[in-house]
Amino acid sequence: MSKIISVKEAVAMIPDGASIMVGGFMGCGNPHRIIDELSKSGKGNFKLICNDGAQPGGPMGEEHYGVAKLIHNRQVKHLVATHVGLNPEVGQQMNEGTLKVDLIPQGSFAEMIRAGGSGLGGVLTPTGVGTIIEELKDYVHSVQEIDGKKFLLMKPLRADFALISGYRVDKLGNVWYKGSTSNFGLMMATAANVVIVEADNIVEVGEIEPENVRTPGIFVDYIVDGGA
Amino acid sequence: MDREYIKNFIIARAAKEIRDGDIVNLGIGMPTMLPKFLPENVKVTVQAENGLLGVIPCTKETYDPIYKVDAGATPVTVAPGGCFFDSCTSFGMIRGGHIDVTILGALEVDEQGNLSNWIIPGKKLPGMGGAMDLVVGAKKVIVTMEHTQKGQPKILKKCRLPLTALNCVNLIITEMCVIEVTDKGLKLIEINPEFTAEQVQEATEATLIISDELKPMA
Repeated sequence: MSKIISVKEAVAMIPDGASIMVGGFMGCGNPHRIIDELSKSGKGNFKLICNDGAQPGGPMGEEHYGVAKLIHNRQVKHLVATHVGLNPEVGQQMNEGTLKVDLIPQGSFAEMIRAGGSGLGGVLTPTGVGTIIEELKDYVHSVQEIDGKKFLLMKPLRADFALISGYRVDKLGNVWYKGSTSNFGLMMATAANVVIVEADNIVEVGEIEPENVRTPGIFVDYIVDGGA
Repeated sequence: MDREYIKNFIIARAAKEIRDGDIVNLGIGMPTMLPKFLPENVKVTVQAENGLLGVIPCTKETYDPIYKVDAGATPVTVAPGGCFFDSCTSFGMIRGGHIDVTILGALEVDEQGNLSNWIIPGKKLPGMGGAMDLVVGAKKVIVTMEHTQKGQPKILKKCRLPLTALNCVNLIITEMCVIEVTDKGLKLIEINPEFTAEQVQEATEATLIISDELKPMA
C-alpha cells in the first residue's frame, strides 16, 4: 500500500485538539506545506510540541514562518517548547491567557522525545537541577541522586501526530535530511501515533543509499509531496 | 564608551580565552561576533546546538536559508570537515563534556557562579533554549555582558531571578573587568585601566576579592 497521500488528506487526519509534534528549529526543518494547509483548515485547540514558536518573518518574505502561522491563527492552545523569544505573538497570547506555554531545556526536550519513541520510562539529566524546572511536575518525575550526583528524571514525551520534513524521501518512507533540518525530526518520527513526513523530493526505493538513511521508513506512516 | 565599542571590547577580551583547536558554542548576540577577534593562529570549531559543527559564515554561493541556519536562525554553512546532526547528538556533545568553551550573556551572576539568563517572571519569557544544557555540560563557561543594567549591578551576592544552573560560571568578562569565579568567591583578576578597583566594586553587589596580581585588561 502506498504511503503517499495528498497534503489535504494529511490535514484531514488531524482532529481538533490533537497533540502534534513538529520538527524544525526556528522554522528551519518545519514541514511548511503541511503547516500551510493546516493553517487554512480552521481546526485548532492543538497541543503543539515544537522546539520554538518560529518567527514572524521567513527567509523568502513569508509573513509568518513555519509554526508561527499556527500560533498567529490562534490554533494552538498549549505550546511545549524550549525557546519562544523570537516570536512575540507567543508572549502576547500567553499574557492574554489564551496560550499555555511550557518551557523545557532543549537537550532534555530532545531526549524526552527520544525516550517517548524508544520504549524508555524516562531520562536522567543533570540539566535543570537546582532550578524551577524541578517544579514542572508534568514533565519531571523526581530528583534522583546517583553515585552522589543529582539528576532530574524527565518523563517521556509522545504525541498523536508527528509532522516532519525530509529532503529526499523514498516511497517506503526512508528519509535523508539536508543541512541543519534533521534536528528534532529524527526523534519525533519515533514518538507519535501517526508520523507524516513532508518530502521535498520523493524518490524511488534504492535511490537513498542504505547508509544514508537517517529515519528508517518503518517509522513513517505517510508521505506528502512537499514539491521543493 | 558607546555600546558598540563596549561589545567589541568585551568580545575581543573573551577571544583571548580561546585556545587553538577549541570546540566552542557561542550564545546568540554578542558572543557570535567572537570568531572575527581570533588571531590567525587560533583555529576553533564552532558548534551550534541545532545540529552543526564547523559553523562558518555563508557566502553568496553557499547561502541556503531554508536548509542551513545556526541556533540564532542566521543562514550559515559549515567548513570542510564540518557536519550536520540531530538534536540528541548535539546535546550529547554538549552535556557529555565535548564542548571546550561556551560563551553566553547573563541577566545575573552571583558569588557562587550561579547564573540567571532565561526568564524575568511576569515580564519576559524567552525560554532557556539550549542554555541550561550548555552551562551544565561545557568544560568552561564564560559570561560576557555589560557590567550593569541601567546602573543596577548584575553581579550579585545571590541571583534573584530564576536560575539557569547552579555553580556553572567560570569567568565573567565585562567592559570594566575580568572576574574569575573561585571557591572563595569572585576574584577580580583584570581591570579596564579607565576604572579603579573602587569603581568596579561600587558597580558590583558581590564583594570582590582583588587579586594580588591584578592586571590591566587588554
